[in-house]
Amino acid sequence: MEAFFEWFKWLYDDTGINLPFMYDSYDRGRMINGFFMTIKLSVLCLIFSIIIGMIGAWLQASPLKWTRRFVGGYIQLFRNTPPLVQLYFFYFAIGTMLPKVASDYGGEQPMLGGFAWAVISLSFFAGAFNVEIFRSGIEAVPNSTIEAAKALGFSRLQIYKDITLPLAFRVVLPALANNLVNLVKTTTLAYAIAVPEMLYEANQIWSDNVNVTEMMIFMLLAYFLLVGVLVWAMNRWERSLKIPGYGA
Amino acid sequence: MTWSEDQPMVSIKNLHKSFGELEVIKGVSLDVMKGEVICIIGPSGSGKSTIIRCVNALNDIQEGSIMVEGQEVNDPDLDKRELRKKVGMVFQQYNLFPHKTALENIMMAPLLVLKQDKESVEKLARQLVKKVRLEGKEDSYPGELSGGQQQRVAIARSLAMSPDVMLFDEVTAALDPETVNEVLLTIKELAEDGMTCILVTHEMGFAREVADHIYFTDKGVIVEHGSPATFFDDAKDPRTKEFLSQIL
Ligand SMILES: Nc1ncnc2c1ncn2[C@@H]1O[C@H](COP(=O)(O)OP(=O)(O)OP(=O)(O)O)[C@@H](O)[C@H]1O
Ligand SMILES: [Mg+2]
Repeated sequence: MEAFFEWFKWLYDDTGINLPFMYDSYDRGRMINGFFMTIKLSVLCLIFSIIIGMIGAWLQASPLKWTRRFVGGYIQLFRNTPPLVQLYFFYFAIGTMLPKVASDYGGEQPMLGGFAWAVISLSFFAGAFNVEIFRSGIEAVPNSTIEAAKALGFSRLQIYKDITLPLAFRVVLPALANNLVNLVKTTTLAYAIAVPEMLYEANQIWSDNVNVTEMMIFMLLAYFLLVGVLVWAMNRWERSLKIPGYGA
Repeated sequence: MTWSEDQPMVSIKNLHKSFGELEVIKGVSLDVMKGEVICIIGPSGSGKSTIIRCVNALNDIQEGSIMVEGQEVNDPDLDKRELRKKVGMVFQQYNLFPHKTALENIMMAPLLVLKQDKESVEKLARQLVKKVRLEGKEDSYPGELSGGQQQRVAIARSLAMSPDVMLFDEVTAALDPETVNEVLLTIKELAEDGMTCILVTHEMGFAREVADHIYFTDKGVIVEHGSPATFFDDAKDPRTKEFLSQIL
C-alpha cells in the first residue's frame, strides 16, 4: 500500500502531475471525509426528497382545496427558483431567524448548521420534482384497480400505500432516477455554505497545493463514477421490480 | 332496527341516481332474501351496473333507500368500509392487483382490512384457490393468467372477505367463449352453496338456470320481473319481448 502511495509521489516528481491526496495522508483524509460527506448528503436528501414526494402527491389528491393549493404553491416555488438561491434563503434568511443555542465552547451557535440546511434545502428542491413525478405515476394507476380495493373495504391510506404507490412507483422509476441523479449532482451546491463535501475539500487541497487542473479532472471523474453507480443501482432496482406479464 | 333473516338481505326502494343532470336510475325497487340469486338483465346503458354499484356505495344515491342487512346505505354517516366487508363485488375487467400473485391478491383484504393473522388467511386463501380450481396458479401474477383464470382469482379474492352478499357485474362479458363456462360454473357452485348473489349478466341460459328471480331493466326502470320460467316463456311487456327476441 505504501508503495502504491509512493508511486504518486514519483509521478509528481517525474511529470509534475500532482495528486497530493494519494500520497499525503492529511490531504487523503480530507478527500475521504469529503467523499463520505457527499455520500451522506446524497443519501439523506434522496430519502427525504422521496418521502416529501410521496406525502406531497398524497396531499395533492386531498379533497381539501387549500391543501392542494398549498402543495401546488410549494412545487411552483421550488421548481421556478434556482437551487442556490433556495440554499442561501434557508441558510442565511431562515437560519438567522431561528433562535441561537449554546455551543460546546460556552458561546452561542446557530440552531442548525450548514449541513442540516443543505439537507433541508436540497430535499425540498428535489422533493418538489418528486411530487410531480409521483403524481403522474398515480394518475397512471387505473381507477378500476382502485375501485376493486375500495370494494374490498380498503381505507384511503391502505389503497395509497399498498396499491397506488407500488404501481405508480414502477411507472415513474425512470423519471425518478433522473431526478435523483440531478440531486446528487446538485449536492455540490452545499459548497457555497461551506459544507465540507467532496468539491469543497478538493478546493481546500488545490488552494494548498496549487493543482487546480489535476483536482478538477479528478472531481469530474469522481462524480462521473459516483453518478454511474447510482444509475446502475436504479436500473437494477427497476429490473427487480418488474412484474411478470405486466407493463411493457 | 335489527335485521333478521326473514327480512330481505338487500332491499332497494325507489332508488334514484343521477350523474349531474342525467337521471339514469328512475325509481328502482327490488328485494333479495338471504340465499337468493337474482339476475338483472337489460339493454346496454339501462342502468344495471349503476344499480349494483349503489349497493356497495361505489355510487352515491340521490333519492330512495337501500338497506343491506337492515343498514341504510343512503346515509351520510354510513361507514362504507363496514358495508363493504359484508358486500363482495366482482367486476367485468377482473381488476386484480397486478403487482401481487394470485394468492397474495386473495390474502390482501383479510390481512389489511380484517386484520386476520397471516397463517389462517393463507390457509383460507389456499382453500379458495382450490374452490375456484386454480391449484398450481397460486404464485402466478395476474398478467400470467388467462382472463377466465383472473376472473376466478377475483371471485376468490372477494370470497376471502366472507361477504354475506356478492355482486357480479357482467363478469363473463370480457372473456373468450371457451372460458366463460369455467367462471359460470364457479358462480353456480357458489349459488348452490347458498351465497346471496346479485348478478348482472347477458348469459340468458345461465340466468335461467341459477336465478330465483329475474329483473329486466330499461332506461333506468324495472320493466318486468318474475321467476325465470315466467320471465323467459311468458314475458308481458313489449320491451322485454323485443329484448328477448333479439338475444335468444
Ligand atoms: N360515471 C358516470 N358518469 C356519467 N354517466 C354515467 C356514469 N356511469 C354511467 N353513466 C351513464 O349511466 C347510464 C347507465 O349506465 P350503466 O353502466 O349502469 O349501464 P349498464 O346497464 O350497466 O350498461 P352495460 O350493459 O353497457 O354495462 C348510461 O347512460 C351511462 O352513460
Ligand atoms: Mg354495466
